[in-house]
Amino acid sequence: MAKYLKNDDLGQWLSELGADYKVYAPVQEGDSIAFRPFSKGKALRIDRHATVGPKEILFPACEELLRFSYQKDEENPGRENIQVQVEENATPTLIFGSRPCDARGFDVFDGAFTQCSVKDSYYIARREQAAVVSIACTRTENTCFCNWVGGAPDGTNGSDVLLTPIQEGFVAESITEKGEALLAGSNLLAEATPEQEKEAKALRAAAHESLPEAPDFECMPEQLYGLFDNMDFWEKQSAKCISCGACTYLCPTCHCFNITDERQGNEGERLRTWDNCMSRQFTQEASGHNPRSEKAYRLKNRVGHKFCYFPELHKGHIACVGCGRCIKSCPVSLDIRQVVTSAKECRLPAEDNDNE
Amino acid sequence: MSKVKNPYLPEMATVQEIIQETHNIKTFRVTLNNEERMKAFSFKPGQVGQLSVFGVGESTFVINSSPTRMDYLQFSVMQAGEVTTRLHTLQPGDQIGVRAPLGNWFPYEDMKGKDVVIVGGGIGMAPLRTLLLYMLDNRDDYGKITVIYGARSPQDLTYSYEFEEWRSAPNMNLVLTVDAEAPGWEHKVGLIPNILLEENPSAENTVAITCGPPIMIKFTLQALKKLGFEDENIYTTLEKRMKCGVGLCGRCNIGTSYVCIDGPVYSFAQLRKLPNEL
Ligand SMILES: Cc1cc2nc3c(=O)[nH]c(=O)nc-3n(C[C@H](O)[C@H](O)[C@H](O)COP(=O)(O)OP(=O)(O)OC[C@H]3O[C@@H](n4cnc5c(N)ncnc54)[C@H](O)[C@@H]3O)c2cc1C
Ligand code: SF4
Ligand code: SF4
Ligand code: FES
Repeated sequence: MAKYLKNDDLGQWLSELGADYKVYAPVQEGDSIAFRPFSKGKALRIDRHATVGPKEILFPACEELLRFSYQKDEENPGRENIQVQVEENATPTLIFGSRPCDARGFDVFDGAFTQCSVKDSYYIARREQAAVVSIACTRTENTCFCNWVGGAPDGTNGSDVLLTPIQEGFVAESITEKGEALLAGSNLLAEATPEQEKEAKALRAAAHESLPEAPDFECMPEQLYGLFDNMDFWEKQSAKCISCGACTYLCPTCHCFNITDERQGNEGERLRTWDNCMSRQFTQEASGHNPRSEKAYRLKNRVGHKFCYFPELHKGHIACVGCGRCIKSCPVSLDIRQVVTSAKECRLPAEDNDNE
Repeated sequence: MSKVKNPYLPEMATVQEIIQETHNIKTFRVTLNNEERMKAFSFKPGQVGQLSVFGVGESTFVINSSPTRMDYLQFSVMQAGEVTTRLHTLQPGDQIGVRAPLGNWFPYEDMKGKDVVIVGGGIGMAPLRTLLLYMLDNRDDYGKITVIYGARSPQDLTYSYEFEEWRSAPNMNLVLTVDAEAPGWEHKVGLIPNILLEENPSAENTVAITCGPPIMIKFTLQALKKLGFEDENIYTTLEKRMKCGVGLCGRCNIGTSYVCIDGPVYSFAQLRKLPNEL
C-alpha cells in the first residue's frame, strides 16, 4: 500500500529516522551536490541529480582496513613485535535521496563484493546495515540513459523505499521489508489517496517517455570481443582522454581499489582507496611490462568490463547504470554512449578461423 | 555484525631463515606464529601468498617450498621496488604478515603418469621449484622429468645448493644454461629456447611447464610447439600486477579472468580463449 508524505514533513521524517540511523542526504556544497550527514534544518538539494553519488557512503574513497603498531620485544630488545587490529565500525546508515540509477549501482557492488568466491567483509558490514530511500526521476537530464542498460527512472533495484515526487509531497512505496518498516514507523506518512497514486503514475510514465529509445545491448559482449584487437577503433575512441580518472571516481559502479600502508613512528594503518583503471600505473608490472600502457587499452578495459566482462560473470547485468556522470564530468567530453553505440554498430570482420 | 571472514587480514609470521640466492634475490623461510594454524596449513604447488611489511605494503610471491615439506613456507623475493627492497632488509626473527594460500595451482593430479618438462628462467624458477620438489617427493607418480633452467650468468641461478639433490633423483634430467661463457661453468651456454630444442624432449604423454620473463616465455612456447606440444599440455604462470589477491580490487583481470583467483596458472589453451592482453 502506497503512502504519502508532505514536503513540509520531510525534514521531520528524516529527523525521526535519525534516531535509528545515521542519515545521509544530498546537499549543496560549493558547485556540487553531494551526500552529507543530515541534521535538522539542513537544506536538501533533491531537485536535481547529485554531482557525486552516494557510493562513498558504502564504499568510502579512503578507509582503514587495519591498524598496526610495532613494539620492542621485552625479552629481546633487538626484536620488534607487531600488533594488528581491525576496527569494526559499521553503523546503521540511511541513504536518502539517491536516484534509481545510484541505487542500482549498489546492485553492481553487491555482485562485485558479495556474489563472488571471496567476499568483502567491510562492504558487507556496511551494506547489511544500510537502508536506501530513493527518489524516482520525474525529470530526466539529457545525459541520462538508464533505460539503455536495464534501468528506469523509477527503477527499484537496490532501493528499500521509492519516493515519487508529486505536487507538495511524495508518494512512498516500500520495495523491501526493511523499507516497509521505515514507512510503518512514522505517523507523518498517511495512506496515499487514489488521486495521489494516479498522479505519481502519470509523472513516472512521462519520465519513461522523455528518455531516448534504448538500443539493444544483447550483442555487446560479442561485439567487444570482436573489437578487442582493433586498436584503431580504441585509439580513435580514446583520442581525447587525458586519463584523469574523473569518470571512474564518479561512477556509481566503479569499484576498483588500491591498498597502501601509512606509517607514523611506531604505528600506522593499511588503507584502501578508490583506484582508477584509466591511469597508466594501474597495471604496471615489476618487470617493466605493462599490458595497458596506452589509454586506448585502458578505455577498452573500462568499457569492456562494464558491457562485457561483468555481464558475463553476473547473469547479464551491465555494470553501467546510465547515470551520465562520466559524460557530464569528463573534462574532454568523452561520451560513453557514443563509445558503446559505435562499438555496437561496428561491422566485425568475418570470423577469422584462427580461434577454434 | 557481519560473519564474513576478513579477506585482508594477514596472519603474523616469523622469518626463520634467509638465503642470499643471487645479488638481487633472497629466499625467506617463514613460519606462522600460531602453531595450530601452521600445523593445519596446507596448499597446492603453484599457489601464492601475500607478504606484508606493515608500514610499507604487501606483495605477491609464490610459495616455493613443497606441500610435502611443511617445516616452513618458503618465498624467494627479487628486489624490484618498495616492498621487495624492505623485505631484503629483514633479519631472522623479524615479523611479517602472510595471507596464503591464494590462487590456483599446477595440474599436479592430472600430470600423474606423464612425463614432465619444466622450463624456467631466472626468478621464474620459484613456482617451478615447488612443483619439482612435490614430484620428487612423489617420484613414482610421474614419468621422466626434464628440467631446463637458465639465467643470465652462473651467479644468477637460484637454488644452486639444491642442484645435486634434483640431479640425483631417478629418471631426471637437469639441464642448466647461462647466456654467456663464464669461468668454471661446465654446463650449457645458450638461450633457454635453443637449449630446449637441443634437448628435444618427446611431447608424447608429456606436460610442459614454463615460467620466466615474458620474452623467454614467448620463445619457449614457439620451441615447445616445434617439438609437437599441444596448447592443452603447456602451462605457465602469469605475473599481473596484483593488490588484493582475492578477486576484489579489480586490478588483475584479463577479460573475465582474474589472475589472482582464476590464475596464476593457465594452460596455453586457456590463454588462447582469453582476450589477447598479456
Ligand atoms: C602471481 C604472482 C607471483 C609472483 N611471484 C613472485 C616470486 O615468487 N618472487 C618474486 O620476486 N616476485 C614475484 N612476483 C612479483 C612481485 O609480486 C613484484 O615484484 C612485487 O610485488 C613488487 O613489489 P614492490 O613493492 O617491491 O614494487 P613497487 O615499489 O610496488 O613497484 C616496483 C615495480 O613493480 C611493479 N609492481 C608492483 N606490484 C606488482 C605486482 N604485484 N606484480 C607485478 N608488478 C608489480 C610496479 O608497478 C613497479 O613497476 C609475483 C607476482 C605475481 C602477480
Ligand atoms: S573523465 Fe574523460 S578524460 Fe578523464 S579518464 Fe575519464 S574518459 Fe578520460
Ligand atoms: S559508466 Fe558513466 S553513465 Fe555508466 S554508471 Fe558509470 S558514470 Fe554512470
Ligand atoms: S589482485 Fe585484486 S582482483 Fe586480482
